[in-house]
Amino acid sequence: MTDLPLTTTTASDRARDIRAAVESRLKIRHASERRFKLYGQLAIAIALGFLVLLLGRIVTQGASTFVVHSISVQVPLDPARIDQTELEGVNYDLMVADAVLAKLGEKDDDYGSKSEAIKDLMSPDFGFQLLNMIKADASLIGKTVTVSGPLRANADLYFKGEIKRASPEEERTLTNQQLDWLDALKSSGVITTGFNIGFFTKSDSTEPEQAGVLGAVVGSAMMLLVTAFLAVPIGVMAAVYLEEFAPKNRWTDVIEVNINNLAAVPSIVYGLLGLGLFINTLGVPRSSPLLGGLVLALMALPTVIIATRSSLKAVPPSIREAAFGVGASRTQAVFHHVLPLAMPGVMTGSILALAHALGETAPLLMIGMVSFVPGVPTGFDQAATVLPVQVFIWENASERAFHERTAAAIMVLLVFMILMNAVAIIVRRRFERRW
Amino acid sequence: MLTWIAILILAALSTVAFLVGRRKALASAGGSSAKMHSLPGYYGTYVALWVGVPAALLLFVSIMLGGRLEHGLLTATEPPVLQQLSSEQKELFFEDAQALAEGRQLSEAIYEPDVKLALEAKANEARVYSNAFRQGTFALMGVLVLAGFLWTFPRLNKDFRARNRVEGWVDGLLLACSIVAVITTLGIILSLVWESLRFFSSVPPADFLLGTHWSPQIGMRDDQVGSSGGFGALPLFAGTFLVMLIAMCVAGPVGLFSAIYLSEYAGPKARAVFKPLLEILAGVPTVVYGFFAALTVGPIFRQAFNSLGGLFLGGPLNELGLYLGQVQNQMALVAGFVMGIMLIPFVSSLSDDIINSVPQALRDGSYAMGATKSETVKKVVLPAALPGIAGAFLLAISRAVGETMIVTMAAGLQAKLTLNPLETVTTVTVQIVTLLTGDQEFDSPKTLAAFGLGLTLFAVTLVLNIVALRIVQKYREQYD
Repeated sequence: MTDLPLTTTTASDRARDIRAAVESRLKIRHASERRFKLYGQLAIAIALGFLVLLLGRIVTQGASTFVVHSISVQVPLDPARIDQTELEGVNYDLMVADAVLAKLGEKDDDYGSKSEAIKDLMSPDFGFQLLNMIKADASLIGKTVTVSGPLRANADLYFKGEIKRASPEEERTLTNQQLDWLDALKSSGVITTGFNIGFFTKSDSTEPEQAGVLGAVVGSAMMLLVTAFLAVPIGVMAAVYLEEFAPKNRWTDVIEVNINNLAAVPSIVYGLLGLGLFINTLGVPRSSPLLGGLVLALMALPTVIIATRSSLKAVPPSIREAAFGVGASRTQAVFHHVLPLAMPGVMTGSILALAHALGETAPLLMIGMVSFVPGVPTGFDQAATVLPVQVFIWENASERAFHERTAAAIMVLLVFMILMNAVAIIVRRRFERRW
Repeated sequence: MLTWIAILILAALSTVAFLVGRRKALASAGGSSAKMHSLPGYYGTYVALWVGVPAALLLFVSIMLGGRLEHGLLTATEPPVLQQLSSEQKELFFEDAQALAEGRQLSEAIYEPDVKLALEAKANEARVYSNAFRQGTFALMGVLVLAGFLWTFPRLNKDFRARNRVEGWVDGLLLACSIVAVITTLGIILSLVWESLRFFSSVPPADFLLGTHWSPQIGMRDDQVGSSGGFGALPLFAGTFLVMLIAMCVAGPVGLFSAIYLSEYAGPKARAVFKPLLEILAGVPTVVYGFFAALTVGPIFRQAFNSLGGLFLGGPLNELGLYLGQVQNQMALVAGFVMGIMLIPFVSSLSDDIINSVPQALRDGSYAMGATKSETVKKVVLPAALPGIAGAFLLAISRAVGETMIVTMAAGLQAKLTLNPLETVTTVTVQIVTLLTGDQEFDSPKTLAAFGLGLTLFAVTLVLNIVALRIVQKYREQYD
């Protein structure tokens, strides 16, 4: 206010003072408004910046996996070198190596060092291909057959620029001679570049060039199926009971504390539960999608319950009262009116809970899913591996070629996650309601 | 195969029961549903439930217990030739007998001819048991179906309170589902406590909780140096706390402000773009964050600190420069930071939902009084949403405490009692993984220590949660 004696202030003066005070305060208030909004925008920008960085790194590290360098070789099946009485014992790899050497116009030396060097560039799968061909049709012996497939991981890495000719020879896994051969084969068109279909049609392998994600994808799908069929119905029904039916007494308080508590239980504790209860007491087969699904269902259950409860809570009581008013019973009011209105929230919550379960790794490490499973799981009680655990296994592998595959497996995993999230978002966007 | 046929038959019988029940009730009202107590479908459902559910439950129980019961009967009498075998061989013998009876793959054990004969005899016995058991189950199922039908069908008429009965079934089902959660908790507590008791019988709880020396590797022989191992978990708790604190410093502000922006400022279009993008971040599995922390953030942070240290060298802060110069990839800061990124969408999505559920009328009232948006948020919306937001933060904290993959890949294994974020630390969860993915000898204190740690982790989250519920109750406000 002013220092002037009260007697000299007129009404209009006072009004002006108040106005000035309000306006100066308004400036401050608007500045703080803008600041507050900026904090919000900044927070979003930071979060999205991390998202871009994270995904960008994964994509740049993993993209090279989808390109593969393959070779196609005509191998003469010399009858003199194939002992028909013991097909398994024949050195097919050497036959392939000799065929490649012949293509390069070189001859193996007496110690076989050149063919050894060639073998290092070829996947051992070629030998198995020859063996299977001869087993299927013995008349092929004496003829020339074609085998094709990916190069060994080291050679593949050279073409992808991971192994550089400029680095000193003793620090690389490939010699200068091997690099010369590779270049020669490449320029003569024997080595071709193509899309790596094998990554999607093969399962885990000890050889990086033969390793794929099919087994892990199938394992994940099976496990998630078990989880979804257990966690979603049980969770939704439990939430409906607690929110709409349960009398408010000591018992339901216990259940409520319990569920909130379960949501806060770290996932790794569910792994301990799986180990102690499901494996040691109930005898559920180790490493199986059934076991993994059970553990993850228990883990996802509280999340589903909480999501369902909060969307049930968001439905205003007037809906229930209106239903009661026209003579519906409590069950009818809930199942005909409240639950359908809460369904978008329930679906969103359930899908997110399942997406989280799909990416869960820690509890699965405890229940033996880290084992090496080279095939596609054939049943819910058979040993299986799942995508996130596959990522963990490959991340720990010593071969360098597995590292790009780790990032590629992450990309596959993320595609599934994004699909699930997209579904959740579509559900939310189409049906979300503000009361 | 037979089980599937039984399920199909049961489903068919229930459908038939539904149809005849519905028809009878309608007929008793002269075909007019208006004169009936309940809608016609309820009468049918009531009969179908009594026909189908008890038999289905029996089938389920018999599948769960059947194998065990047969095993018990089978092992009750031992053929005399088994006396020469060890107890493990006997166990294998009985397993193989059951496998032979069911046509499964046998184990690789090699049996003497006389034992082989006994094996086949036992397999035949097992077949007899399982056939008898299966036939008994099916017969009992038939009795239950018939009893259910006879119990309900004659009572159906237009005044029968079918809807209330069916709703009784629904209530029971719902209650059973919510009890699953309690059973899960009991299972967790029992399995944790059981194994932990065995652990604490060899390591006193006080040494475990307050000891500062953690080295669970136990020597092969009793007389070896350091064979007792060190089970003082204090460094693990400190590491866990440190990583959690760093994570919350990142996730708390960023997550909450994102939520406020999305729910109060962003228009429908921006919200439709940003919210799904944030949720992609939430959908990213922790193992991916671990990969990101170990291969991207770790090296970046190390280089940043190393070059920062280079600036201090030779100056008054020479010591600090030297220290920063030798910082490693694996440090608490990297793990905590990446964990914070992971928790941003978790905090923001939960807070967003909660802020959204604050009634619009409260905001409108505040705007009508002349408050700006930020004032409304700070003075009206946030206080109203506080319990929910406290809950969200709490869930984020407990997730940080229990998070495993990021710390396994980025924090390290060295147990150090420090609050320096640039040091390598280890956490409770990392140690559980390390202890249990190695050799699986179930009796050694080393593996049992994992359960002790698990119990501690569980107890801590329990306390955290109870505190949170207190806060929620204190601030809870009722709308409508």
